[in-house]
Amino acid sequence: MAEAHTIQVDIVSAEGELFSGAATMVFAPASQGDLGIAPRHAPLLTLLKAGEVTVQTPEGERHHFFVGGGALEVQPNKVTVLADTAIRAKDLDEAAALEAKQRAEEALKDKSGHIDQAQALAELARAAAQLKLIERLRKIRS
Amino acid sequence: MPGTKEIRTKIASVKSTQKITKAMQMVATSKMRRAQDRMKLARPYAQKMRNVIGHLTEANPDYRHPFLLEREPKAVGIVVISTDRGLAGGLNANIFKRVIFLMREWQQKGAQVSLCVIGSKGLAFFRRLGVPILANVSGLGDRPHIKDLIGSVKVMLDAYTEGKIDRVFMVNAKFVNTMTQQPVVEQLLPVQPVDTEGLQEHWDYIYEPDAKDILDGLLMRYVESQVYQGAVENVASEMAARMVAMKSASDNAGNLIGELQLIYNKARQAAITKELSEIVGGAAAV
Repeated sequence: MAEAHTIQVDIVSAEGELFSGAATMVFAPASQGDLGIAPRHAPLLTLLKAGEVTVQTPEGERHHFFVGGGALEVQPNKVTVLADTAIRAKDLDEAAALEAKQRAEEALKDKSGHIDQAQALAELARAAAQLKLIERLRKIRS
Repeated sequence: MPGTKEIRTKIASVKSTQKITKAMQMVATSKMRRAQDRMKLARPYAQKMRNVIGHLTEANPDYRHPFLLEREPKAVGIVVISTDRGLAGGLNANIFKRVIFLMREWQQKGAQVSLCVIGSKGLAFFRRLGVPILANVSGLGDRPHIKDLIGSVKVMLDAYTEGKIDRVFMVNAKFVNTMTQQPVVEQLLPVQPVDTEGLQEHWDYIYEPDAKDILDGLLMRYVESQVYQGAVENVASEMAARMVAMKSASDNAGNLIGELQLIYNKARQAAITKELSEIVGGAAAV
């Protein structure tokens, strides 16, 4: 019954898989307080806050992972950590949303915005190149 | 030799253009490979999240989340993912065409359309059309990060929660293979019911703190991860499209150089023949 003493752990984030393997114990910073999950833990679903997830492997090694938050799912034989790569907080998200909104508004309002400026610069560069070419052709002719 | 010098400089200029397009092609090739890897890396997260949400809806908590409920679509939001840079063949044009088609479709049904634009090419295009743009994020680079997308996704989610929009779609280029990238439409909100038939075991969870908070957090992250997946896939498509476009540009430059070389050789030959006949003519006169 070696299997009963370990639990499958997957730690994934949206930008990649961080860990996948067996463990004898998992510690995670749940939103209501730190949790320790042993094999055959009851099914549980909880949110995580920023902190460290520790995985203890059957070989006795300890792996530490920093998570910015996320969710933790415990199935009868499996633990899944859905980790955030970004630090999340309500006001931080709020600020990011505001920024995205402002960018759109500015772009709509400002007809001479930086995109037009970039376009104008590109046109200027093209015109300058053409002038240069004309000059060079003139030199060749004369 | 009049004319030959012009041809020579023309050849030199085409050659330097070819060098640039060749370099861009090679850069795009290596970037495409890395983007494909990131695409694969992002998959397990979305997959696992789908499973969790499937379990959650199956366990049937008393709380029905608005993100899961269908409502009468009076206004729709479209998240458009475009590139930041050009020279990627018809990639952006195809995406925009698909978006406009989708917009017409909903406008005919009497729904209002607003956009959330990711990528500066999309912003430049849709700004001219005069469609309301709720949020924008540009300059994500070749490695989009989920933290750069959170803000603009939240704007759409908030508008949905407040009832300003009733449905949210996402349009991005799907990476089929190196030669084909297809613009695809995906419905983000309401979240499409997750297929729970594949789940063999059913159980209810202990929720901590409660089902509502967890579902809130999960669904928000789920939508974000889908947009992230779309953005990464779009980068892979961009690189593939640029690779192909630059390859054909390099080939065209090669053909052009060949043709110019031929013209140059002919002109040179003609000049020599002319000179020779002049000398011969002069000698005969003497």
